[in-house]
Amino acid sequence: MFSIKKLAGVAAIAAAGLVLSACSGPSADNSSSSAGGSPTAAAPSSSGPFKVAVVTHGTAGDAFWNVVKNGAEQAGKDLNVGVDYFADGDPGNQARLIDNAVAQKVGGLVVSMANPQALQTSIQNAVKAGIPVVTINSGEDSSAAFGAIAHVGQSEGLAGQGAGQRLKAAGKTKLLCVIHEAGNIGQNQRCDGAKQTFGTVSTLQVDISNPTDAQARIRGALQSDPSIDAVLALNSQVAARAVDAAKEASSKAQVATFDLNADVVAAIKAGTILFAVDQQQYEQGYLPIVFLKLYKENGNTIGGGKPVQTGPGFVDKTNIDTVAPYAERGTR
Amino acid sequence: MTAAIQAHPDERVGKKSLTDRLVVRPEIGALLGAVLVFVFFSVVTGQFLSPLGVATWLDDSSTLGIMAVVVALLMVGGEFDLSAGVMTASTSLVTAILATQAGWNVWLALLVSLLFALGVGAFNGWLVMKTGLPSFIVTLGSFLALQGLNLGVTRLVTNTVQVSGMRSTSGYESAGGLFASTFSIGGTEFQSSIVWWIVVTAVAAVLLMRTRFGNWIFAVGGSQVSARSVGVPVVRTKILLFMGTALGAWLVGSINILRFASVQANQGIGLEFQYIIAAVIGGCLLTGGYGSAVGAAIGALIFGMARQGIVFAQWNSDWFMLFLGIMLLAAVLVNNAFRRRAERVRR
Repeated sequence: MFSIKKLAGVAAIAAAGLVLSACSGPSADNSSSSAGGSPTAAAPSSSGPFKVAVVTHGTAGDAFWNVVKNGAEQAGKDLNVGVDYFADGDPGNQARLIDNAVAQKVGGLVVSMANPQALQTSIQNAVKAGIPVVTINSGEDSSAAFGAIAHVGQSEGLAGQGAGQRLKAAGKTKLLCVIHEAGNIGQNQRCDGAKQTFGTVSTLQVDISNPTDAQARIRGALQSDPSIDAVLALNSQVAARAVDAAKEASSKAQVATFDLNADVVAAIKAGTILFAVDQQQYEQGYLPIVFLKLYKENGNTIGGGKPVQTGPGFVDKTNIDTVAPYAERGTR
Repeated sequence: MTAAIQAHPDERVGKKSLTDRLVVRPEIGALLGAVLVFVFFSVVTGQFLSPLGVATWLDDSSTLGIMAVVVALLMVGGEFDLSAGVMTASTSLVTAILATQAGWNVWLALLVSLLFALGVGAFNGWLVMKTGLPSFIVTLGSFLALQGLNLGVTRLVTNTVQVSGMRSTSGYESAGGLFASTFSIGGTEFQSSIVWWIVVTAVAAVLLMRTRFGNWIFAVGGSQVSARSVGVPVVRTKILLFMGTALGAWLVGSINILRFASVQANQGIGLEFQYIIAAVIGGCLLTGGYGSAVGAAIGALIFGMARQGIVFAQWNSDWFMLFLGIMLLAAVLVNNAFRRRAERVRR
């Protein structure tokens, strides 16, 4: 018996429950986001050892975020602060990890905001609960508005402009910018920054989780347009693929990249990679722990409401020998 | 004669013991698993049972649970929908692009994305029934197609890979009030998605266990040929089931876009397997014809409790997936043991 009545009854009861429970909807924007200075957060009640939760969007096993994690953990050891590192690439899950840390009443919170709007409510709840928040890596524009005490990162636009300038100075005329993470605003800003200072830039989408495919696509792009003489990769894994692709396509294109790893260090030494834009992400892990400790013990803030810049630093043939050993141990 | 009948009652109408009646429910394994996980994390961690902690893991379970339930109905009907995960992002994107880029009222945008979802669901179902290809293959195709559409359209329209700015669209507050509000119990804020999850589970459970359509779902999942020969409208039933998963994805997509006010083009990928896993923990068989909506909801609850519990326990997050995998395997093994027992009882 297909009885609509029964279904309607269940739905009606449930709907009544929705109406009866004291609901509070989300608040809309009145387009006047107050970019406040330092938030007036209640002083956190200090009981037991100082604990900080680091919640990032860097997927597990990502070389870049491993360095951030190392930085945070080293700072924890040096300063006697308990550091827990969590990561989830999905903004909804990341918001829940923040809620989870708030529920645990951590002493401080470090958050990377690849998707600021999705994390807004969770971060503001943390601030309301009296937990000092430092944002890192991305989302600098929203940091102060959400009530964070500081932001530590590299302005992606600036870094892109720096890379574009260097490539232009090297006499390049046509650039291919390789985006490997759909959904990451920072990568688009890097390519746009490079466009501003370089000129002719085309972008290419590849899938970071499928290196074979990434290499094939870069090779295809180089083969189909022989006038491309520079490739800008946005992370070290893609850079290695781009170097191989250029070799296979016997293209004259030279590769520049963001971020360091052992492969990139070797390639810079060998001359197959022109330079790496280093945002020194170890500092993005280390410094927030210092800031939170200073805030807790001395009420200090830093940056004056402006982001603390960790980059762009440039690594090329001139300084590679200094940097190489640090990259090997996972801190550069 | 009558005395003889009373002396030997027919075993088919005989009273079964309570344990025997319980053990044949598909949910029972999941329920025990949920109790185990709940007790374990309540004992091991300090914050798991705090009001805020409960709000966190219920929140995590809710959107997964909505999808697990609709996917469970489809699986009982003997089909898969691999496009369900990415569909949650597609519906968010349609709503967000119409509201923020075209300046529509949010309610109108929600209506259009609902029609879009139902259209894709109906197309999936129609293609599966028309071609006779396994739904695994057909929906894998639509999954990849939607993934490409999500990225392509988003970049075309916005020149970037996120659509944000929902908070300043017209009708955001009223729509948000329905889909993404919070309600307060004893001073702790709970997400309204938890209420949606309970509503969807209740409706699906009644539909499956108490209506003729529910019988049709079991029939087409058990044996399509037999179902057709006894007059069950097989094609209509299956197409409606695919539209059901699309409807669920629209609900989750709407909850997400109104709560997080932004959506990434690469969201939702990989979630389709979590829905299937939650449904399987809840007692659904991959072969169809057996399963339960309530079980799937409990499966999602186990998933959410484990995910957040591992974080509360402050175990090293490097091992996170390993813990999750072992936990899921254990849950499925327990289920399997119960199902064997249940089949013995039936005979």
